[in-house]
Amino acid sequence: MINALLWAPLAFGIVGLFLPKRASGWWATLGALVTLVIAVGMVFDFDTGSSGLQHSVDVAWISGLGVDYSLGIDGLNLFLIVLTAVLWVGGTAFAAFREWERPQLFFFLMLLAETATLGSFLAQDLLLFVLFFDLMLVPFYFLFGAWGSDREGGPSAAAATLKMMIYTLIGSLLMLVGAIAAAIISADGGHLTFSIAAIQQQGLDVDSQRWIFWFFAAAFLVKMPAFLLHGWMPDAYRAAPLPVLVVFSGVLAKVGAYGFLRIVLPLFPDATIEFQEVILVIALASILYGSVMAFTQTNVRLIAGYSSVAQLGFITAGVFALRADGADGAILQMVNHGLVVAPIFVIVAILVERTGTEDIREMGGMALRAPVLAVLFLVVALATLAMPGSANFIGEFYILNGLFQEKIVFACIAISGVAMSAYYALRLYQHAMHNRKPDGIATREIGLRDAVVLAPLVLCILALALYPQLILHRTAPTVQQTVAGVTNGDAPEAELASGPTGRNQAYISRNRPIDP
Amino acid sequence: MNFNEPTLDYAGLSPVIALTVGLCVVLLSAVFKPVRRSAPGLTLLVLATAAGLLIWQWGDPKDLVSGALRIDDLSVAISLIAILTAGFCVLLSIREPATEQAGLGEYHALLLGSVLGMVLLAEAQNLVTFFVAIETLSIPLYILCATNLRREGSLESGLKYLIVGSLGSATLLYGMAFLYGGTASTDFAGIATGIAHKGMLDDPLILVGIAMCAVGLAFKTSIAPFHQWTPDVYEGAPTPITSFMAVATKAAAFAVFVRFFDVALGPQVDEWQPALAVLAAVSIVVGNVGALGQDSLKRLLGYSGIAQAGYMLGGIVVASESGVSALVFYLAAYAFMNLAAFAVIIARERETPFGDDIRAMRGLGAERPLLAWPLTISMLALAGLPATAGFIGKLYLIEALVESDYTWLGVFIAIGTMISLGYYLRVVATMWMRPEGGPATTPAIAGASPEADPIDPEAGKRLYLVGPALLAAAATVFFGVIPQPLVEFAERAGSSLF
Repeated sequence: MINALLWAPLAFGIVGLFLPKRASGWWATLGALVTLVIAVGMVFDFDTGSSGLQHSVDVAWISGLGVDYSLGIDGLNLFLIVLTAVLWVGGTAFAAFREWERPQLFFFLMLLAETATLGSFLAQDLLLFVLFFDLMLVPFYFLFGAWGSDREGGPSAAAATLKMMIYTLIGSLLMLVGAIAAAIISADGGHLTFSIAAIQQQGLDVDSQRWIFWFFAAAFLVKMPAFLLHGWMPDAYRAAPLPVLVVFSGVLAKVGAYGFLRIVLPLFPDATIEFQEVILVIALASILYGSVMAFTQTNVRLIAGYSSVAQLGFITAGVFALRADGADGAILQMVNHGLVVAPIFVIVAILVERTGTEDIREMGGMALRAPVLAVLFLVVALATLAMPGSANFIGEFYILNGLFQEKIVFACIAISGVAMSAYYALRLYQHAMHNRKPDGIATREIGLRDAVVLAPLVLCILALALYPQLILHRTAPTVQQTVAGVTNGDAPEAELASGPTGRNQAYISRNRPIDP
Repeated sequence: MNFNEPTLDYAGLSPVIALTVGLCVVLLSAVFKPVRRSAPGLTLLVLATAAGLLIWQWGDPKDLVSGALRIDDLSVAISLIAILTAGFCVLLSIREPATEQAGLGEYHALLLGSVLGMVLLAEAQNLVTFFVAIETLSIPLYILCATNLRREGSLESGLKYLIVGSLGSATLLYGMAFLYGGTASTDFAGIATGIAHKGMLDDPLILVGIAMCAVGLAFKTSIAPFHQWTPDVYEGAPTPITSFMAVATKAAAFAVFVRFFDVALGPQVDEWQPALAVLAAVSIVVGNVGALGQDSLKRLLGYSGIAQAGYMLGGIVVASESGVSALVFYLAAYAFMNLAAFAVIIARERETPFGDDIRAMRGLGAERPLLAWPLTISMLALAGLPATAGFIGKLYLIEALVESDYTWLGVFIAIGTMISLGYYLRVVATMWMRPEGGPATTPAIAGASPEADPIDPEAGKRLYLVGPALLAAAATVFFGVIPQPLVEFAERAGSSLF
C-alpha cells in the first residue's frame, strides 16, 4: 500500500513517456488521481489514537552502508502526504489543459517530482530522506529551466534555476555529511544504521548535536526559504511555469518545516533547546521581512512568494515554540498554507492569461464580469489572512498560543505578522478584482477547465475550516511525543492538543463550533 | 649464494599472458592484408579473454613471481575496470581519424600495451614491478596521445605528456631509490618492516623517498598541485584516448597508490595521513574552481577529474577497509559516468563543426534525445545527485571519512560538490534549456583546425557511439538505485588489503 503510494506517480510517469503527446497530460493527471485515492485510503485506514508508525516498510537497501528502505506514516506526515497528493492533482490537471513543448517529458518530470516529494515525507531512514530531499530538486530544475520564462533585463530561466540549485544543494550536501556523522557517532563503533528511530534511541552527545543541528537547519531553512537564505526565491519564482509553481510553493517549502519536526527535534534535542531562540529570531525576521516585501511588491508571483516566506516563518516559530500546541498548529498551518497558496497561483495564472501582465498595478476591475472567480479568490484571500472561521485562523492561533506560553516577547512580535497578512492579501485581491478596469484586458469569467481545478481546492479550504479536527486529532499523539522527546517529557500537558478546553474552548467556540 | 628458481603460477599470470600474446597478435594483424581491418575485433576478443581469466582468478588471492606481483580481489577489480574502459575505448575509436593515421593495428596494440601495464600495476607489490608497470602503462599512452598526426594539438599533447610524465616517473624512481637505501628492500612488506625498524620521520632517506614517491603518484593520478598537464593533454589527445586516460589510468594508478600506502606504509598511517588529506583538499578546490568557465568539454572533464581524484584520495587517506572499498566503488562509478560523457562528446565532435566546445551541445535535448540523456545522467551523477551511482559513491566516501575522524574532509567534498554544480549544470542547461544567445550557428572562423569540418554528420545515430553512451548511463542509474551488487564487489576488493 505504502509502496504503491510512493511509486505510483513514477510508474505512471515512465509509461507516459511513451504515450502520444496529446494523451500524456491526461495520463499524468490520472496518475496523480490514483495517488490521491491511495493517500485518502491511508487517512481512513489511520489509527487515530496511536503515535507510532503505521503501514511501515523496512527492508535493507544497501546493507554494507547501513541504509534501509524504510517508510512509514504517522501523525506528522499523514496530512502532508494528502496535501501533496491533492496539490499534484490540481497542478497536473491545470497543466494538462495547456500546451507544452515536449509534453511527455514535462509530465514525466512532474510525476517524478511527486514521487520524490512523497518519498521525503515517508522516509524513516535518515539517508533515504536526504536522498529524496535532493532528488526533489532535479525535476524542478528541468521544469523551471526548460519550460520557464526568461525575464526581460533579468536572469534567464536557466540562470535563475542554477541559482536555486546551488542555494538549495549547499544546504542539502551539508545535510548529507551531517546525516552520515549522526549515524556513525550514534552507532559508536557498533552496528551502523541510518534508521531515525534507532539514532534517536542511541542519542548523540551535545557537542556533535551542535554542529550537526546547523547542517540540517541550513538545508531546511534554505528550502523554506527563511530570511537571509531566500536569495534564490524571487528569480526562481519569476522564471517558473505557473502550474509547476502551484505544487512547488504549495508543498516543497513544507518539506523543510517537516524536516525540523521529523529529524531535528527528535535527533538533536539538546541543540534544539540551545538554539531555540536563534531559530525563533530567524522565523520572526522571515515573518516581518516576508510580510513587508509582500505588500511592497507589484509582481503577483512575488507577492505570493514573499507571503510564503512569512507563512513559513509562522510555521517555524510554531515548531520551535517546543510545545505540543505550537507544533500542532504548525502542521495544521502547513496544510492550510499549501491549500491556500496553490489556488493563489492558479488564480495568478488565470489573471496573467486574461491581462497579459504580472503587475498588479495594471490589473483591476475583474470582479464585475467574473463574479465566480472573484468569490473563489475572496475565499482564498480571506483564508490567507487567517480570517476567524478559517482553518488558517486555528493554525495561527495554536502557533501563537504555544509561542505565548513559551516566549511571550517573540509572540508579541509575531502577532504583527497577522495584521500585515491582512494587508497584503486584501491588497492583492483588490488590485486584481476591484478598482477601475484598465484598457485592453479581458474580464472573462473563469472557464470550466480552470474551475474544475480551482473549485475543489477552494472546497478543501472550506471543508478544513469547518472541521480542522480532522487533522488535529490525528496529529496530536505523534506531535506530543515528538515535543516531549525534546523537553524530556516535562513539557506542560498541552491542553489544546487533545481538543480545546477551558478558556480556549470558550474563545474558539465563540467563533465557530469546532467539534460537532 | 643460492638462486631459487621462482615457481610460476601460470593460472595467476594468465591474464597478463593473454594480454601480452594478444598484443603481439594485434600488432601482427596489421602486416597481413586479409586481416588488416580486424584489429578492433581482435582487441575486443583479447580484452574479453583477459577479463574472463581475471574473473576466474576472483576470490583466489596469491603472490606471483616470488612476491613481485600479487593477484587479489583488489587487483582483479581494478584490472576489470581498466579492461572495461579499454573495451569502450575500442568501440569509441571506430572511424576515429587517429586510428587511420597511426595504423589500425598499431593503435590497438598500443592500447593493449597500456592495459597490460595497468593490470601489472594493479598487481605490483614490489618497487621494481611497480616502476616497470607504470612505464609500460605510460609509454604507449605518450604515443597514443599524438596519434592524430594532422592536428597540432594532438602532437603538442603527446609531447607535453611525455615530458611531464617522464618528470613524474623520474621523481618516482628517485624516491624509490631513496626508499631502497633507507629500508634495504624493494618489497612492499619488506619496506614496512624496514620502516618499522627505523621510524618514518627519523630517517631522512625514508622520508624523502616517501615524499618523492607520493609526488610521482600524484602526477599520475593528476592530483593538485601536480595536475597542470591534465587539461592540456586531455584536450589535445584524440577523444577516445582521453576517455581511456581519464578513467583507466586513474584507476590503475590509484590501485598502486593505495597498495603502496596501505601495505608498505600502513603502520605509519598517522604520519602520512594529514599530508595526503591536505593534498586531497587542495585537489578538490583546484579542480572544481578550474573547471568553472571552461568551454572545452574535454578540459572541463579534465579539471573535474582532478577534483574527483581529490575525492577518491579521501579513500586512501583513511587507510581503512571501508576507505579502500569506497575508493573501488567510486572508481567503478567514475568509469561509467565518464564513459557516458565521452561517448556523447565524441559523437558530437564528429557531427558538428564545434569540436568538443560546449556549443556542440546546444539544443541536444530536442535534437538527439538519445545522446542528451546519457550526457545529462553523467553530469548529474558527477555532481553527486541522488538516484545515480555518483551519489552512492560520495555517500560511501564520506562515510569512510567520518568513520576515521576526517569529517572535515567530508565537508570539503560537500563544498567541492557545490562548486561543481556551477559547471556540470551548465552543460545540462545547454542541452535542455534555451540558449543565452541565438541558436547554434557555424563559428565565425570555420576550419581553424582540420577537425572543424564534421567527419561524420550521422555520428549521433551510430550504434557504436550511442550504444556505449546508453549502456554507461544505464549502469550509472542502475547502480544508483540498486547499488548492492557494486557495493559487494567493492567490499570484496577492499577486504583484500586488511
